Amino acid sequence: MDQDRRTFLGQTGKLLVLTASAAIAWEHVLAGRPEDAPNYRSTDHWWGMSIDIEKCIGCGTCVRACKTENDVLREEYMFRTWVERYVVDPADLDHPQVDSRNGGYDGFHEREVLDPNLKMFFVPKLCNHCTHSPCVQVCPVGATFESPDGVVLVDKSYCLGCRYCVQACPYGCRFIDPRTETVDKCTLCYHRITRGLTTACSETCPTGTRVLADLKDPKDPIHAFLRENMVQVLKPQMATGSRVFYNGLDGSVR
Amino acid sequence: MAGLFAVGITAFVVLRWLMVPADFGVLGHYRAGALKDNMNRPLVFAGQAACVECHTDVAEVRAKGRHARVSCESCHGALAVHASNPDGVKPVRPDPRRTCIVCHTASISKPKSFPQIVPAEHAPEGSCAACHVVHNPKIS
Repeated sequence: MDQDRRTFLGQTGKLLVLTASAAIAWEHVLAGRPEDAPNYRSTDHWWGMSIDIEKCIGCGTCVRACKTENDVLREEYMFRTWVERYVVDPADLDHPQVDSRNGGYDGFHEREVLDPNLKMFFVPKLCNHCTHSPCVQVCPVGATFESPDGVVLVDKSYCLGCRYCVQACPYGCRFIDPRTETVDKCTLCYHRITRGLTTACSETCPTGTRVLADLKDPKDPIHAFLRENMVQVLKPQMATGSRVFYNGLDGSVR
Repeated sequence: MAGLFAVGITAFVVLRWLMVPADFGVLGHYRAGALKDNMNRPLVFAGQAACVECHTDVAEVRAKGRHARVSCESCHGALAVHASNPDGVKPVRPDPRRTCIVCHTASISKPKSFPQIVPAEHAPEGSCAACHVVHNPKIS
């Protein structure tokens, strides 16, 4: 056999590399979870959301979709996302009437004839996935954290249910799930976005009000949204580094 | 006294080693495995791409009309079970009136540009699909 040392070493090297990569891939195939394959890199993403208030019709499809996708109890005050209706006297921005019956789950039905001179609009709300999250800072055990791709998540197996974070969140985005006595909140559909899908609320929003945003993706429409609109976040005075950006956010919104 | 301290410190180190998960603190002050726990949940909504993969005909009709940006599962509901088992699980056809009025019921709070009807006055008994093509909602 006229094989010299050089080609032998080269071929063996290639074979070793190929076997090793095939073994890693095969391990994930055997595990039955292709999403575990190392093709999602959390450092490549920086998630957020854009919300265009001028498009929201208050249908509540996002609230229902969120509860379906994330198995949230269909009870009042338990929401990962909810919709509020603001009715504002244009001359009195400090005292808006906020209506969010069942979080907007059933949509908004007129119970009284509203004065057409009042200002009215819908505000969908969810976890703001703050860059400097007050909820993460108060957790005594490290059960809630900011992921490397900028999503505030909860480690359900580690949470004590002490409720510090529920009180710390300035946006009221957390609640205690009575089934597990642990905290629950919006995960920005982490199981979906890491598989290349959008969140359940963005997926089902019929008017395109809510759009998942990846701020590290230069082709993401979020950049045009931020550039072309007058954008605001909720409670900017809290300096939480919120990454839910609203277009058309009125000064009366709390 | 020194012995007592030694025993106490050893007990602390051993207990800490036993109780703190190995992957705690790898990425930050949390259990790194919690990321995987959050990722590995089942899908309930399949996503637009999964629907269009098979239902190309409906997707084409829809893409030409005003419902072009309304995803299938907005009206048809969560259908990941159907997407993963197309023959075994058949979705229920949405009600051709109740589904429409979820969005199109007139409300003073809605943006004025959004098409709205008063359901009690606008063909109160009929199905919307009798006059409108639901996937491309013009008057047929």
